[in-house]
Amino acid sequence: MSVYDQIAEAQAAAVGEIEKTSDLESLKAIEPMLFGKKSTLGGLKRLMGEVDAQERADVGQALNEAQLFVRDAHEAAKKKFELSDRRAQLETERLDLTESLHVANRGHLHLVTQTMERLEDVFVGMGFTVSEGPQAETDWYNFEALNLPAAHPARSMFDTLYLDLGERTEIGDGEGGEATNILLRTHTSPVQVRVMESTAPPIYTVCPGRVFRRDTADASHMPVFHQIEGLVVDRGISLADLAGTLNEFTAAYFGGAISSRLRPSYFPFTEPSAEFDITCVICEGEGCQTCQRTGWIELGGCGMVHPNVLANCGVDSEEWTGFAFGFGIDRLALMRYGIKDLRDMYTNDVRFLEQF
Amino acid sequence: MKVLLSWLREFAPIEGDPYELADHMSDLGMAVEETRILNPLEGVVVARVADLRPHPKADRIQLVDVQIENGDPMQVCCGAFNMSVGDLIPFATIGTVMPDGMEISQRKMRGEMSNGMCCSAAELGLGSDHDGIMILPEHLETGAPLMQELGLVGDILWDLEINPNRPDAMSVAGVARDLAARLDVPFEIPEWKVPSSGAAEGLASIQIDDGVLCPRFTGRVLRGITVGKSPLWMQMRLTLLGMRPINSVVDVSNYVMLELGTPNHTYDLSLLPNGHIGVRRASDGESITTLDDQERMLQPNDGLIVNEADEPIGIAGVMGGASTEISDTTDSVLVELACWEPQSIARTSQRLGLRSEASARFERGTDWQINVTAVQRFCHLLNEVTPGGIEIVGEVLDVAGTTPDSISVPVRTSRISMLLGRDFSSEEIRNLLTPIGFDVENTDSQDVQLVKIPSFRPDTETETDIAEEVARHYGYGKLGTTIPRSPDAGHLSPQQKLRRVIRQVMTGAGLIEAMPNPFLAPDDITKAALIVEEPVRLLNPLAVEESVLRPSLLPGLLTAVAYNYSHRNMEAKLFETGPVFEASEDSSGLPLETEHLAALISNADAFAATSLLKDLASTLKLEFQLTNVDGLAGLHPTRGATINIGDIEVGSLGEVDPAVLRSYEIEDRCAWLNLRLDLVIEAAISVEGVSYQPVSTFPSSDVDLAFAVGEQVQASEIEMTLRKAAGEELQSLHLFDVFRSGQLDEGVRSLAFSMRLQAKDKTLTDEEVGVVRQRCIEAVENAHPASLRA
Ligand SMILES: [Zn+2]
Repeated sequence: MSVYDQIAEAQAAAVGEIEKTSDLESLKAIEPMLFGKKSTLGGLKRLMGEVDAQERADVGQALNEAQLFVRDAHEAAKKKFELSDRRAQLETERLDLTESLHVANRGHLHLVTQTMERLEDVFVGMGFTVSEGPQAETDWYNFEALNLPAAHPARSMFDTLYLDLGERTEIGDGEGGEATNILLRTHTSPVQVRVMESTAPPIYTVCPGRVFRRDTADASHMPVFHQIEGLVVDRGISLADLAGTLNEFTAAYFGGAISSRLRPSYFPFTEPSAEFDITCVICEGEGCQTCQRTGWIELGGCGMVHPNVLANCGVDSEEWTGFAFGFGIDRLALMRYGIKDLRDMYTNDVRFLEQF
Repeated sequence: MKVLLSWLREFAPIEGDPYELADHMSDLGMAVEETRILNPLEGVVVARVADLRPHPKADRIQLVDVQIENGDPMQVCCGAFNMSVGDLIPFATIGTVMPDGMEISQRKMRGEMSNGMCCSAAELGLGSDHDGIMILPEHLETGAPLMQELGLVGDILWDLEINPNRPDAMSVAGVARDLAARLDVPFEIPEWKVPSSGAAEGLASIQIDDGVLCPRFTGRVLRGITVGKSPLWMQMRLTLLGMRPINSVVDVSNYVMLELGTPNHTYDLSLLPNGHIGVRRASDGESITTLDDQERMLQPNDGLIVNEADEPIGIAGVMGGASTEISDTTDSVLVELACWEPQSIARTSQRLGLRSEASARFERGTDWQINVTAVQRFCHLLNEVTPGGIEIVGEVLDVAGTTPDSISVPVRTSRISMLLGRDFSSEEIRNLLTPIGFDVENTDSQDVQLVKIPSFRPDTETETDIAEEVARHYGYGKLGTTIPRSPDAGHLSPQQKLRRVIRQVMTGAGLIEAMPNPFLAPDDITKAALIVEEPVRLLNPLAVEESVLRPSLLPGLLTAVAYNYSHRNMEAKLFETGPVFEASEDSSGLPLETEHLAALISNADAFAATSLLKDLASTLKLEFQLTNVDGLAGLHPTRGATINIGDIEVGSLGEVDPAVLRSYEIEDRCAWLNLRLDLVIEAAISVEGVSYQPVSTFPSSDVDLAFAVGEQVQASEIEMTLRKAAGEELQSLHLFDVFRSGQLDEGVRSLAFSMRLQAKDKTLTDEEVGVVRQRCIEAVENAHPASLRA
């Protein structure tokens, strides 16, 4: 038998052994027979010494090729067994992912808080800070400083809830001018006054928060609701600045299709005063039932801060001018989701709250 | 305020598309709430009531036979009972489409045929009167189309919302003035000439005792009065503007008020001794019987009209007295056209509940300079509408009180331009102001003009007020827009950011934010077992159930959970942040207001609250210390603890008292956490930015120790001792197992702690770990009734 025949026979025998294995374990068991010095092919290395020097290289190559062939056959068998093992393993691990059991959901912020934070974020983006103040206020901060002295007829615009301070209560129309009535703020404007008192201009701030009116709850009124007001006091602030700021806010909050406009109005704390309307968000200005076919909906009030208010807060109205604006947060929340009844937001029914 | 185009046109040649005119008025600050073009209302005709019969099967409707032209009467079922046989009424024939879109059809009502509809003024869109069928003047032709017959076709009615600072716009003439200026057409109030005879001297006299109350009182004596129906055109205008026609004298009075904004009153001269009228303020204890036969008690600030005997005969600007009321037999009257102090009218009318079209105008301030014109207009109209005319006696009686000073304001063109954000020229300002009655004069300064405020604009006093007038007539929308920029970046304060973080921790733990009513009933405090010495009460609550400001977030959240339980939402895990109130002796008078965070978790034991606190602690990097305390207000008497950060108590947690839960009909345990949010946030701010510990690269060793510990010792005390004893190699320490069993001694439970030890600079040897372990065991056993469990 030639050297080459011996090599071929040994190779065939090794491959035959590989073919007889059935899994990784039996494959592993025959590995000493396939590789290394003790294997048949390894044993044939001795033939190298038995042939001529010139034939040695050819025999060496034949041996190498045979070894490579066996190695490939072994590798292929190993891969095959690993794959079938993995398949078997995966099959045992199969899951129905829809079998997940009930677990508590993540919670939710109240719709009003979500709306308030959205508004704050828009104004922060426009360079404003956010200011806060107490909900129980003095008559001075809620009314008098805002150019609403005790007998001012416009006070009747605000149905005010007063606190009972026992003997310290001074109720009535406070004609003595020394009224120290304590009340629940009817707007967040007292925060504006407090900011102006304590901060030197320039001021760019918004005052979101809870406000109170002596109003019976119905679909569009609550005795407790939320407002955001804005205040800018700086050199050379104009009515055009107010219009531009409200436009910028409107586009940022409602989107580019919605714009704002000003209409002359009256508030004791601003002069000139305006109502600001935005494009109807339902019909985008085409005219619909919500906007009474005008294409506009009234959002809030605004104007240039009245010089008396600036003076009351110790701000020189010749050097500084300012504008202020305000609108309801609850109504924005209703508008966004088409909620019909304001009271639904305050029943605290989790079936309502967890929708937002 | 409603205005009619044809009426406006008596003052200025106003023309244009009705909706464009509406836009102009809105843009001038007179917001148009409705624009109505008066249509021919085809199918509505004048009909005569031929017969009235009860409906055989219904009490609330009657059968009416109406006659149109000479045809047979037609039977109609009608729900109104105010007409009589022979009356002329508006009748909508079958097929008529009413202004509200309803089509009239023939139908049976409880067995009786109805062949059309008798109409009220409101149903025809001719006013607000819903009470009964409109009764038409006698001279109309039956069968004629109603709107043509009334002369209304094509006229336009606008409903305007007038701001409190625009007394001038509470009149047809005032609206015309504003609109004419915008449209650049001339405006004029005519001089109404009336012939007079004789002398008024001795017939009437006026005396003002309080000139502040009554800046001006103008009167005139009229004779030969016959009280009858006013003409159709006048009745229609009044109806359209929302007033009900009464009789010729009352209608003329209302017409003048609507037209010129000047409320007025007539006295039967024969009931005024010597024709004398005085004006003064009421004194305590006085009373008067008003026109509506009500006895009214007066107060010292009320304005009063008195007779020669100083007896009240009218409440100034609010309502006349019964004693001088005109009647069918009245022949001579004194017309009053007075101006009143707005605040006095506002107070009196509000207190007496007598708000009217007249008081609404007086409250805003009427024009004292139009008095004589208005009296002339009254005389002129009454003369015109009274068959045979009336006799106007002598001169106008005109007495002044303290008339307002004429105000001229220096107005800087530069200031107006700055305030409005557009460069105006002095000439532009002048051209905008002059047409609305502001006289503008030059001054020595190029920049300054002197603007004289007209008497019909008492609201306008300063340069800033003038700026609004300039802006209004220039157009707010045309001013342009600019955006001012803060020199600083916008930002939330650290407190505001942390409040948001804390709310996120709550929602992350599965809690839903609730917003309960902050107003409580007085019982709510005891119902929640809270102890509040003096809660903050409202002086004028809407209801007793909402008369106390919450001293705690507990009652509100309990109510919210109870609401959810009653709606089968048993998974009510709620939280709230917001202020609670307590009485304070602070000199400002303000109650103490502190912001709290509270969570109420239904169907959970106290450890749901501690777990929530741990979430907060790890997010805010705060260490909270708990101390078990029995009987915390509102809490389960043996499942409650106070929460400290260092020495400062910041809240409490545990479970709600089962007795409290029962009173709210909540059947499950509820975990409760309450924190002073302000204190927690301040503490969190103080640890922000504290430097970090580099992670050690050396291996760590774990030591688990279980102790049998007497129940009187808090687990946290053992933990504290371990923490101290372990020293600086302690990397983490937590309680991982608690158990109670019969294998342990009575009153003892097992607490197992897991400690991880690690040095910064070396690998701890077994020996070193053993030393720490031993130190910990000894420390615990020495300090507490505790022993290591083998
Ligand atoms: Zn719309």
